[in-house]
Amino acid sequence: MRTISRSISIGLLAAAFAAGPAAAAETLKIGFITTLSGPAGIIGKHMKDSVDLAVEHLGGKVGGLPTEIIYGDDQRKPDVGKQLADEMIKRNKVQFVSGIIWSNVMLAVAPTVTRAGVFMIGTNAGPHQLAGKQCSKYFFTTSWQNDSTPEAMGQVMTDQKLTDVYVIAPNYAAGKDMVTGFKKSFKGRIAGEVYTKLGQQDYQAEISQLRAKNPKAVFVFLPGGMGIQFVKQYTAAGLRDQIPLYSVYTVDEVSLPALKDVAVGQYETRYWSPDLDNPANKKYVSDFRKKYGYTPSFYGAQSYDGIMLIDSAVRAVNGNLNDKAGMIKAMEKADYASTRGKYSYNINHFPIQNYYLLQAVRNPAGQVEMQIQKVVLENHKDAYYKECRMK
Amino acid sequence: MNFLVVLEQILNGLQFGVMLFLMAAGLTLVFGIMNLVNLAHGSLYMVGAYLATAAYQWTGSFPLAVVLALAGTLIVGMLVEVVTLRTLYERDHLDQVLATFGLILFFNELIAIIWGRSALYTSLPRYLEGHVELLSGLNYPVYRLLIIFVGLAVAGLLWYVVTRTRLGMLIRAGASNRTMVAALGVNIRLLYTIVFGFGAALAGLAGLLAGPIYTAQPGMGELILIQVFVVIVIGGIGSIRGALFGAVLVGMVDTLGRAFLKPMLATVISLEAAQTAGPALASMLIYVLMAVVLAIRPEGLFPSRG
Repeated sequence: MRTISRSISIGLLAAAFAAGPAAAAETLKIGFITTLSGPAGIIGKHMKDSVDLAVEHLGGKVGGLPTEIIYGDDQRKPDVGKQLADEMIKRNKVQFVSGIIWSNVMLAVAPTVTRAGVFMIGTNAGPHQLAGKQCSKYFFTTSWQNDSTPEAMGQVMTDQKLTDVYVIAPNYAAGKDMVTGFKKSFKGRIAGEVYTKLGQQDYQAEISQLRAKNPKAVFVFLPGGMGIQFVKQYTAAGLRDQIPLYSVYTVDEVSLPALKDVAVGQYETRYWSPDLDNPANKKYVSDFRKKYGYTPSFYGAQSYDGIMLIDSAVRAVNGNLNDKAGMIKAMEKADYASTRGKYSYNINHFPIQNYYLLQAVRNPAGQVEMQIQKVVLENHKDAYYKECRMK
Repeated sequence: MNFLVVLEQILNGLQFGVMLFLMAAGLTLVFGIMNLVNLAHGSLYMVGAYLATAAYQWTGSFPLAVVLALAGTLIVGMLVEVVTLRTLYERDHLDQVLATFGLILFFNELIAIIWGRSALYTSLPRYLEGHVELLSGLNYPVYRLLIIFVGLAVAGLLWYVVTRTRLGMLIRAGASNRTMVAALGVNIRLLYTIVFGFGAALAGLAGLLAGPIYTAQPGMGELILIQVFVVIVIGGIGSIRGALFGAVLVGMVDTLGRAFLKPMLATVISLEAAQTAGPALASMLIYVLMAVVLAIRPEGLFPSRG
């Protein structure tokens, strides 16, 4: 059976070669990898729904070509993500791989993809390695470099003259980046620094330690379900009114439906918010709500942007998917209607963009939502682009 | 190091251990008596959490929600036993693992279809929200104390049922010699259904207690299941007493490791190195403990005599 199927696939392969690249290039294939199962599956759903909406907005034709999106579930595991990317490149012959929530997964996937000469369009994770020493001309991201958002929060907290801040983040690539970024701009004293297990549920032990240190403020990065649990337990421990909590990627449109009132007043920094005022964002947010019945998150906005970026690249080369140099040039211009408004790309293919201070507030309808308070960092460049020697 | 902090962390460890015990008791009971490896035990935990959340929102009464969720998981557990697991007792463990893994996928999707993929916020009634002052300077959440109390009460109750009642006698007899018990006129199939149902209800109890602390979300069962397996391997598979000791041990080691390993390492090596090594070692600790126990006592600390 094995030999039969192998000879069939060799036959198909030969046929594909015989037909030539022109015929093969008629369909645009995008492999989209995210986490679709387990507790983080909700983040994957935000992303997948946004990709579907983007394709719908483009009339089913990204870059004017018939489009096929192949979804893959990485289960938050780097090895699974890498295997999926391999499969998408070798079997499905995708021209673009996109998505990826987790930095540890991204660090396994991106080199696999770019080394094969395939485009990697990251739509969330931004580990510092990929912005600096391991940058690649085939890698673009529509999100951010991990350090940047906490840099903005560090700035906010420095401006508020806070000191003795206790820091908590999960023990993986992005957790380290976030704390590094925070320390870059935070000038006060750090009372303690704790790394927890990725996906941890119970933070009571950490909360007890924190209380014993009696800090003046707490800064956390606990994305997805981790954030819901932490904020809830922090509130249950009675600390919410005693020690102010500041966060990044912890209270957002993914966790708000679960946190609701508990989140009111929470400060976050971010490059995007549903209330960001520009035509592309208004269209995205209102159509998204109409189609899916819930409010999109930055995870979704980035994924929507990812498809729009690919669209701009393919259009610029008139659908000639072999013209990779042309597509790189087009994407470097970031010439599309992004949900964050106009931005530009740095030499390492990471965005130069604004970071805002957001707060969770109750809107007139009684729902809790994130609203922009002010710009913290304007046209901010990440800290690693100088290390990038793009080849 | 502050004495009160250590005491508070010991309470945290006990509370986590008790939660693990509620899960482990059901799992080990089912394995010891029915010789069935049930990976879907975590799914029943999830079902318990969701049923309690839904029932609390529906009725507005927390005690009533607890009763409904317990009854609900008991029924779900019995249904699962009758519909799918009954045919698996004679098969080897690999078949059971495969089938119950299938059940995990089934339940995760079912929950996602009914309640959506978003996490559900489970709140507590006001009277369970506060803190009690145990010693001056040591406030502990009422709800976590309640969990410790419920867990220890369940442990006592299980001990009583298994060693002092007729049902317990039948359970122990069924574990040692199934054919003989059946020959003496006991309906062993019914007995198994009841045991599995109770195991499920215990998982449901753990789930409904966990709901307000964590969140109810699809796939929440698998997060705790691995630790529960560690517990029953350490305690001795099939032994309730082992499950209790194993659970408290694992709860303590995990919690105290997370809290104190880093500061302790920092006294020996540099703070920088401790910052990296501490959390990595802390999350490994219970597995190291399991490896050590397996090396010294391969049967676990309290091997079941059945």
